[in-house]
Amino acid sequence: MAYDLKLRVWRGDRDGGDLQDYTVEVSEGEVVLDALHRLQATQTGDLAIRWNCKAGKCGSCSAEVNGRPRLMCMTRLSDFEPEETITVTPMRTFPVIRDLVTDVSFNYRKARELPYAELGPRDADGKRRMMQVDVERGQEFRKCIECFLCQDVCHVVRDHEDNKQHFAGPRFFIRYAELDMHPLDTHDRRKLAQEAAGLGMCNITKCCTEVCPEGIHITDNAIIPMKERVVDRKYDPLVWLGNKIGIRNKDNEGRAEV
Amino acid sequence: MATTDHGVTSPTRARIDVRTLRQDRWWLSPLTTFVVFTAFVVYATLRAFMGRDYYATPYLSPFYSPCLGDCVEGASDFGQPFAWWPLSAALIILIFPLGFRMTCYYYRKAYYRAFWLSPPACGVAEPHGSYSGETRFPLILQNVHRWFWYAAVLVGLVLTFDTVLAFRPMPAEYAVGDGETSGVHMGLGTLLMIVNIAFIWLYTLSCHSCRHIVGGRLRHFSRHPVRYRLWTWVSRLNESHGRWAWYSLFSVAIVDLYIYLLATGTIQDVRFF
Ligand code: SF4
Ligand code: SF4
Ligand code: FES
Ligand code: FES
Repeated sequence: MAYDLKLRVWRGDRDGGDLQDYTVEVSEGEVVLDALHRLQATQTGDLAIRWNCKAGKCGSCSAEVNGRPRLMCMTRLSDFEPEETITVTPMRTFPVIRDLVTDVSFNYRKARELPYAELGPRDADGKRRMMQVDVERGQEFRKCIECFLCQDVCHVVRDHEDNKQHFAGPRFFIRYAELDMHPLDTHDRRKLAQEAAGLGMCNITKCCTEVCPEGIHITDNAIIPMKERVVDRKYDPLVWLGNKIGIRNKDNEGRAEV
Repeated sequence: MATTDHGVTSPTRARIDVRTLRQDRWWLSPLTTFVVFTAFVVYATLRAFMGRDYYATPYLSPFYSPCLGDCVEGASDFGQPFAWWPLSAALIILIFPLGFRMTCYYYRKAYYRAFWLSPPACGVAEPHGSYSGETRFPLILQNVHRWFWYAAVLVGLVLTFDTVLAFRPMPAEYAVGDGETSGVHMGLGTLLMIVNIAFIWLYTLSCHSCRHIVGGRLRHFSRHPVRYRLWTWVSRLNESHGRWAWYSLFSVAIVDLYIYLLATGTIQDVRFF
């Protein structure tokens, strides 16, 4: 069943812009990205949108729908009333390029600041071995499609441009956690996470978890465990005492601080 | 609404002059949290400073347990080392449950959102000009949460003991029927205390620090099968940590209120046997 959808789309670039109203014919079962594509095909040939897979897997079509960070290709029109106006804007945390397209290079800079895994020596037969239970926890974080919606919603940078310098953001906290939980990695990233990545800036208000299209438990399974690991290193007298008198957790042996 | 030039309205961002375009009732959840927490804090403060009506044989209010000050007869099962303390006995021990909950990861989320509006809801700009999270004093002290967790386990044990004592026989004047007062007793108060202690333990054991301590800090689960099993259990409880936080908050207040009403003679205990 086709109907006329009222769309309000942000048009403009870095010098300015505003919300503009359109009416587009859509049918039931379509998603917001379909409506925008029809708008582009029939009325606004120059509308800039970034997209690729239309299947929620490439992470390109991130935007904000009615003020909430969403993948446009995964936001169904059936979630809204047919007479409701749907407002689509670019992500409001990153510099806008044009219309719905933003410059997400902040995230690439942050990725470069994160040292990659440094594996220890191989076993005698030239292989490396890991047990399934030891790698399982990190596998959740590998589901990340780098849509950067979590980075977009995080109030630390969304509401404070000046924090961008000292804060890596939730997408990279899951990377820190993944590597810190890695059974073979020899880097100890706890200091780096606390200092350079600004883990302490996060106040665990969980918006990143709320918006993640992959359903990754960013706060509970990555950020809080990382915060606890930082506490182990710095704020737990029992751990400190254990190290002093030689009853240390053997689990961290062979790791060097980066 | 005040706009800022350091957040969503800063120069490079798409120019939109409102702090949020959300149309749903995003304010409902922080408002509810605000109202309920405020009500609890007011109630708990009044009760803690009252210094009376916290014991009605055989029930002791969780706000006053263990009762280490100059407590009424029968209330102090662990002696009165602070008998010289001039104020309410609740104030001696409340720092532990209070500190535990104030530094709890779930409560932090709830009060940062509802009281400090940082942020009030996702995608709604916060009103503050600058933000340093938990990196500085005093919020850096949130890192001591696990110390309060250790204390909370002890408090949990004491409250468990109180719940066992809530099965004690009642004194003669409360006797029902043929005047039988020996053996065990169970009343509505006992039932409320059982429910309360169940929620307290669910809350305490589902704590993120507990999850870390029992096994989360390990990098090789395969070398620690028992701790891995424990971690799996705690992780399952941990998924509902926020729910246990709320339930235990209500149950503590309800048990205290019930005991208050008994102690002031407003109501009589409903006795099952
Ligand atoms: S939980 Fe932390 S990282 Fe995630 S959105 Fe909130 S402040 Fe940002
Ligand atoms: S963690 Fe989730 S929200 Fe963040 S970039 Fe990855 S998939 Fe997107
Ligand atoms: S187009 Fe690939 S995630 Fe939406
Ligand atoms: S009690 Fe909530 S996280 Fe520890």
